[in-house]
Amino acid sequence: MTISSSVEKKSELEQPQPEEHGDHRLFGLIGFLIADGMTFAGFFAAYLTFKAVNPLLPDAIYELELPLPTLNTILLLVSSATFHRAGKALHQKNSKLCQQWLIITAGLGLAFLISQMFEYFTLPFGLTDNLYASTFYALTGFHGLHVTLGTLMILIVWWQARSPGGRITNENRFPLEAAELYWHFVDGIWVILFIILYLL
Amino acid sequence: MTIVSSTPNNQEPKSLQPKGWLKYFSFSLDHKVIGIQYLVCGFLFYLIGGALASAIRIELTSPVSDFMPRDIYNQVLTLHGTIMIFLWIVPVVNGAFGNYLIPFYVGARDMAFPRLNAVAFWLIPPAGLMLISSYFITGAAESGWTAYPPLSITTPAAGQIIWILSVLLLGGSSIFGGINFIATILKLRRPNLKLMQLPMYCWAMLGTSILVVLSTPVLAGTLILLSFDIVAHTGFFNPTLGGNVIVYQHLFWFYSHPAVYIMVLPAFGLVSEVLPVHCRKPLFGYTTMVYSIMAIVVLGLVVWAHHMFTSGTPPWMRLFFTIATSFIAVPTGIKFFNWVATLWGGKISLNSAVLFSCGFIINFVLGGITGVALAQVPFDIHVHDTYFVVAHFHYIVYGGSVFVIFSSIYHWYPKFTGRMLDETLGRIHFVITFIGFNLCFAPQHWLGLNGMPRRVAEYDPQFAFVNQLSSVGALLMAISTLPFLWNVISSAFKGPKAGDNPWEALTPEWLTSSPPPVENWDGEAPLVVEPYGYGKKEDQQHSEVTDQSNDFEKTMQKK
Ligand code: HEM
Ligand SMILES: [Cu+2]
Repeated sequence: MTISSSVEKKSELEQPQPEEHGDHRLFGLIGFLIADGMTFAGFFAAYLTFKAVNPLLPDAIYELELPLPTLNTILLLVSSATFHRAGKALHQKNSKLCQQWLIITAGLGLAFLISQMFEYFTLPFGLTDNLYASTFYALTGFHGLHVTLGTLMILIVWWQARSPGGRITNENRFPLEAAELYWHFVDGIWVILFIILYLL
Repeated sequence: MTIVSSTPNNQEPKSLQPKGWLKYFSFSLDHKVIGIQYLVCGFLFYLIGGALASAIRIELTSPVSDFMPRDIYNQVLTLHGTIMIFLWIVPVVNGAFGNYLIPFYVGARDMAFPRLNAVAFWLIPPAGLMLISSYFITGAAESGWTAYPPLSITTPAAGQIIWILSVLLLGGSSIFGGINFIATILKLRRPNLKLMQLPMYCWAMLGTSILVVLSTPVLAGTLILLSFDIVAHTGFFNPTLGGNVIVYQHLFWFYSHPAVYIMVLPAFGLVSEVLPVHCRKPLFGYTTMVYSIMAIVVLGLVVWAHHMFTSGTPPWMRLFFTIATSFIAVPTGIKFFNWVATLWGGKISLNSAVLFSCGFIINFVLGGITGVALAQVPFDIHVHDTYFVVAHFHYIVYGGSVFVIFSSIYHWYPKFTGRMLDETLGRIHFVITFIGFNLCFAPQHWLGLNGMPRRVAEYDPQFAFVNQLSSVGALLMAISTLPFLWNVISSAFKGPKAGDNPWEALTPEWLTSSPPPVENWDGEAPLVVEPYGYGKKEDQQHSEVTDQSNDFEKTMQKK
């Protein structure tokens, strides 16, 4: 064993080192999203297995209309694009524009939630009516919870970007990037959900 | 081993934290404090879980149900399993040792997310207290640690709901911990330290954390659905409402088979740290160890249905899961032979840490053999849900993981406290534990093979004698805790001073004072590229690390 303070290696070590306590929050968030995605994966697997092996009971009603969820899909996809625009605006240090895109995104999220609520109230079945009804509400409800949280996050980021002194700047992008990543994730989940629940 | 200098950076405002013993009751952000919090908290729950186990074994000394009512027996059984898994083994092999050691091993001054780390720990005491208090307030859950529906839907709801809530909290804690470990190992490594130079425990924790992040959320989702069935009367898992109980079993075991590796992979890692130090030999087969861990992680995710061979699984599924499960024996066997090869020809000092590690190796092999047997459908159909399965998994969770926890406490106690544990008491602890454990669980193989079902308070009188034998073993295990408790408590105050590095170890946690300063190293973090470089140049070592070996000799002379 040799313990050397290694003068000769010093030059190598004095190179700018990766900041030991650099910002790993985005990495952590990705870990969290993977975990969250696995929760959804579990739900999807359950739903698909139910579908494969549990026939619908004789007098059970489980009918889904397509127009509203298609509109919802479009709302979310557009909102992903507008959020992307907000990030771009921040890159160009255009805080005003960034705020505008953020509030539009939040508005789209809200529109999604309202339209989802509307669908809930017009559906011909309730939570406990049958297995598929329960699974439908569990899946869309769990996803809706995510959209609600995401919309709140966007509003908070918007508020922070608006406040004088600018808590959200091109130098401090993390809150915006975190919310954006989360939002894209929630949209992605919706697309899978839409395919599995409505189209299959 | 080469140690070169690096510059300290990363200054956490840890100095603002409370000092002295008070810090262990605070929302401390110091990974060492959090590690000890996990360890002590886990051990307290172990004592409670152990008392419950004693109650079970007392009930089973006679074939009739005479010690406690049957519903109480079910509650005790459920609490015992849940506490031992979710509040003792998982938090201790992951949270306690992981938090204490991983930052040292990667050359960091703390975990990647210290605040998340503290949150993860502080979810545990409330969850545990909630679970235990449910016994006194509403009656605890009665459906076993697996909470299979329809049983869990039809037994009293209040206890089951509290059980679900507390398991959800504990799962959340586990996920937060897992994300933190992955980030720390992959992102906080000090410059110039390569992945393949990390101590084996890092690899074990990386693999475990991947399993935690991928599988625990599935359990969480499943339990949320189960709680809907109980509270809102949906029918996901309720056949009378058109639901499907088998789906619950699939989802549950998708988590709970990986969970057994979440309990045992870190233990593999810890053994791989303890053995080389005390045998003065490098860990045998480092690279194969790493690949075995990763193979176990991958295979561990695709074997879950071996718990469901009697649940009407179709033949192709039985075939697939039998083969996949049997394959796990290969990487596991590789690890076993590597440990034996590490011991082989080493200058072994048979102290308490090594004794417990060797105990682990022996018990684990027995548990692994019964595991492979259970993976064979024709055999499993006969012994599923009998005491044979109980014997199998106790050989692994107790004979494996718990033995390793004790081994690790004997090994790292000087690091934690700066004092040595008493060797004589440690050996007494080992001998009683080893005899008690084998006496308790070996006979259960016979019970299972002869048809005694698990989870029963009453049984056929022909099994009485063997059950009494098993209960005597349990009594010995309970007694064995006493010398250990006395040892850790009294040595904390009166134990001989350990010096910084009493084992002359080369891994980074020992290259600082014991206990370590708040920032882990007073100066720069050492770069340890060969954590197992024992024995090669032992003489050279003595001349160069003089201050440390002097400390070592002093401690040895005091005895
Ligand atoms: C060689 C590796 C292993 C194999 C092949 C194996 C196989 C099995 C099989 C087939 C069963 C189901 C038996 C039944 O219910 O009929 C089982 C049960 C069990 N195993 Fe293993 N096992 C292995 C390692 C482990 C490890 C490492 C652990 C824990 C750290 C473990 C813990 C358990 C537990 C807790 C159960 C019972 C679960 C319950 O029903 O409550 N096993 N094992
Ligand atoms: Cu298993």
